[in-house]
Amino acid sequence: MKTIQFLSLFALSGLVLTSCSDDDPEPVNEEEVITTMTINLVPQGGGTAVQLQSRDLDGDGPEPPVITVSGNFSARTVYDGRIVLLNETETPPENITVEVEEEADEHQFFYTIGASLSAQTEYSNVDGNGNPLGTQFTFSAGDESTGQITFTLRHDLKKPNDGTLADAGGETDIAQTFDVAIE
Amino acid sequence: MRTLLAIVLSLFVYHVSNGQQCQEALYGQVLDFHDQTPLVGATVHILELDKAVLTDFEGRFRIEDICHGTYEVEVSHRLCRTLIFEVEILGNTQRDFQMEHHLEELEEVQVVGDLLPDVSNTAQEQRLSTQTLENYSSGTLGDALREISGVSTLKTGSNIVKPAINGLTGSRVLILNDGVRMQDMEWGDEHAPNLDINAADQVSVIKGPAALKYAGDAIGGLVVIERERVAIADSLFGKTLMTLMSNGWGGNVSTEITRTFESGWYLNGQASFKRLGDREAPDYVLSNTGMQDLGLSFHAGKRLINQGWDFDYSYYQADIAILRASHIGNVDDLIESINSGTPSVIEPFTYELGVPRQEVAHHLGKFNYYLRIKGVGKWTAQYDFQNNRRFEYDVRVGADRDKPAIDLELTTHTVMTDFTWDASSNLEVQAGVLGRYQNNFANPDTGVRRLIPDYDKYDFGAFLIGEYRLKENWLFEAGIRYDYNRIDALKFYRTSRWEERGYDEDFPEFVVEDLGTQLLTNPVFEFHNFSASTGMRVILDADSEIRANYALGQRPPNPSELFSDGLHHSAARIELGDLRIDTETSHRISVAYNRSGERWGITLEPYLNYIRDFILLEPTGAEFTIRGAFPVWSYRQTDARLAGVDLSGYYQWSPQWQSRHHFSLTKGNDLDQDEPLINIPAPITRNSVAFQKAEWHQFEVSLEGTYVFRQNEAPPNIFVFSPSQQELVELDINTPPPAYFLMALRAGMAFSLSETLVLNTGIAVENLANTNYREYLNRNRYFADDMGRNIILQLKLYY
Repeated sequence: MKTIQFLSLFALSGLVLTSCSDDDPEPVNEEEVITTMTINLVPQGGGTAVQLQSRDLDGDGPEPPVITVSGNFSARTVYDGRIVLLNETETPPENITVEVEEEADEHQFFYTIGASLSAQTEYSNVDGNGNPLGTQFTFSAGDESTGQITFTLRHDLKKPNDGTLADAGGETDIAQTFDVAIE
Repeated sequence: MRTLLAIVLSLFVYHVSNGQQCQEALYGQVLDFHDQTPLVGATVHILELDKAVLTDFEGRFRIEDICHGTYEVEVSHRLCRTLIFEVEILGNTQRDFQMEHHLEELEEVQVVGDLLPDVSNTAQEQRLSTQTLENYSSGTLGDALREISGVSTLKTGSNIVKPAINGLTGSRVLILNDGVRMQDMEWGDEHAPNLDINAADQVSVIKGPAALKYAGDAIGGLVVIERERVAIADSLFGKTLMTLMSNGWGGNVSTEITRTFESGWYLNGQASFKRLGDREAPDYVLSNTGMQDLGLSFHAGKRLINQGWDFDYSYYQADIAILRASHIGNVDDLIESINSGTPSVIEPFTYELGVPRQEVAHHLGKFNYYLRIKGVGKWTAQYDFQNNRRFEYDVRVGADRDKPAIDLELTTHTVMTDFTWDASSNLEVQAGVLGRYQNNFANPDTGVRRLIPDYDKYDFGAFLIGEYRLKENWLFEAGIRYDYNRIDALKFYRTSRWEERGYDEDFPEFVVEDLGTQLLTNPVFEFHNFSASTGMRVILDADSEIRANYALGQRPPNPSELFSDGLHHSAARIELGDLRIDTETSHRISVAYNRSGERWGITLEPYLNYIRDFILLEPTGAEFTIRGAFPVWSYRQTDARLAGVDLSGYYQWSPQWQSRHHFSLTKGNDLDQDEPLINIPAPITRNSVAFQKAEWHQFEVSLEGTYVFRQNEAPPNIFVFSPSQQELVELDINTPPPAYFLMALRAGMAFSLSETLVLNTGIAVENLANTNYREYLNRNRYFADDMGRNIILQLKLYY
């Protein structure tokens, strides 16, 4: 009798233990992910805005980012650029730009214009120390041409730096290249 | 019987007559029978004359003013059985005595299977003495093991060092810590063994999977860490070691004390602490390469002739900073790092441990019981518990700055029991079973997707081994082992990854829940593995023997090989496991010829290891994310062949001068792809010359040169698309670095402070010429040079 009691207790405890370990794990809430970078470029003095976007909903999964360019730039026009970063794995999407701007002294955007593209960029916003941040900038389209523009966001970098990625160092949060045309 | 025979055979007597009566001397050395380390503080007593002396630091003794004649000499040491030898004194007589240093609980019956040399009698086996381990007191187990020919290391910087045996590492090298198989997440390349080298008294390496008593899956081999056996005697002794080093401006302190009692009880406690700041290459500080670790252990037990028990607990904790420059953002950063030749971050020296950084803690508890049944054999039962916690901190920003990116907890319970029939003098049979339960918990609070999932693992193993002694000098050994493993995991896969890998077609039954962009899956795998070993050992003469062994080993895939999936932030690479990976099977044939004579010795160990379905991780391409492109490292299986030879030897040029020589060669080939395997150690040769003079306070100095050849056989590089260069570029990820030559100088002296207090001092200079070099098997070789000159001071106090 006692043996049976003991065994059933044993079996019961086994059941309890097993059911504990069978609890499904929680999915990880990825907090620092940037899935989407949207760059809105509005021509000063009016005209058609241009939107550049890179969207990678599976993060470091196998799918490459989807790159879209809404249209071409107009020649000899200055555009006001504004960069918006989103984490779309969360609902509603989290605006990461806010975080970047809060920690402006640890972040900086870099704009790399391909050799064939006739354009220039200039920083429009700075961090608390007066060093460039670059979530806002101006894009001056020159003569008709085609080429690439690369946007790189770094954190934990050297500030101030000489404006090159090599000098700045740090960690890359974003590095995306867009094929654009000026007409 | 065998022990006695070997002792008798290994005695050498030199007769030097000087013709004068009663002015002769008896001198020589008292050595450990197993590894020839000198025994300090042994008493050599000529019974008829009642003359006695203690051996010094080299185990040497000298008794003067003896007359011609034959005497009984009693040799005793607190950890050994006292032996009596008959010695004929004919002129100044040199005689070395060898003692059985490890006392078995039962002195009358010779027990095989418990002492280190018997882990396998026919496989290739080499060992490190306590003295060698003490030299590496401030280093790692892996560093010390490199002293053994054929052992190399896979490193991440200077502080994370994994031993590799004949080119194989990770889950293929089993670390047996005082009878317990370490369960410390050995699957990761940057996961070093979680143990304190200062807690080990002896370490031996068995090459290949021949030690079936412990495992059948140790395809690379077995590292056996043992503590000194205690004597059944009333005694209190201890030692304290202090090491200071210039490279890292730190050092360590280690202390140990042992109390033994006539009644068989014993107590032992040990503690060590190490602290190092940033290490330095010849030209720059290796920023963020400091470390700190703490080891504590406590042992108690009672050992009697017919039964006994031990309780052991040890704790190891390490905080290890990882080279800041090795943390890279994407493939362009990697290309930049490889091409630039200097680390991207160089800051002034600091003791601070920044990010990336690992924090690991390992608890090990063990209870062991043995019972000897007269005329039958010995029964042993053991339970052990291990808890391994690993945090990896990454370069993160914002609120997550101080949050670990990896947080894993691995808990293991093991019970095992075995029985040894040793009543017959020429046949011994041992059989045993093992059961193990393991749970891994990956904490989701990291905010980073889990690389290794939650899982439960169940193991069952059974073995039968036998050895037969044909005559006194022929020994045969054979064994079989069966292992069952079941792994039951719960893992989230991104739907895109699940489909890209084709799992949706092969494993649809694993899907538990669809959460939209990701799937919760429940992969369950079972493995049945068989291993076997057979071999022979022939003692040719007093100095030499030949061993030959064939071992069949089977290893199931580890969690990393099965489940890895995603960006490994600290390595900046995407690692992809494969659920289809199955057991790998090794066939290893080895021969060992060993001669260890008075003047010279040689060990020659050729081997061939054919591995079917060898699991390897190598760079295969790149994947694009919003952060840029990352190199992808994938696991795959292939048939592989590893072949090589390890050679070592010594020559005693004069009583003062000795030279030692090592050479090791490993060749690894991927037979399916017909190309070299990745991460095979380059050929290496190490030669040293030593001068010693006992009269000058045991003065000893040695100069060692290590030449590491360039590894000319590596898989080809891969081509990846570089977003910044907008073209396909060669990623120079497999190109081995050039050959290098390093010199090391070591010197030591010993002082007797009192009758029971001995101080040993040592100085060593590693990388004497401050040479710039990079090592193929250091994962930081893409980012920075290896360590520069290091001056090490060591004080050892024995009491």
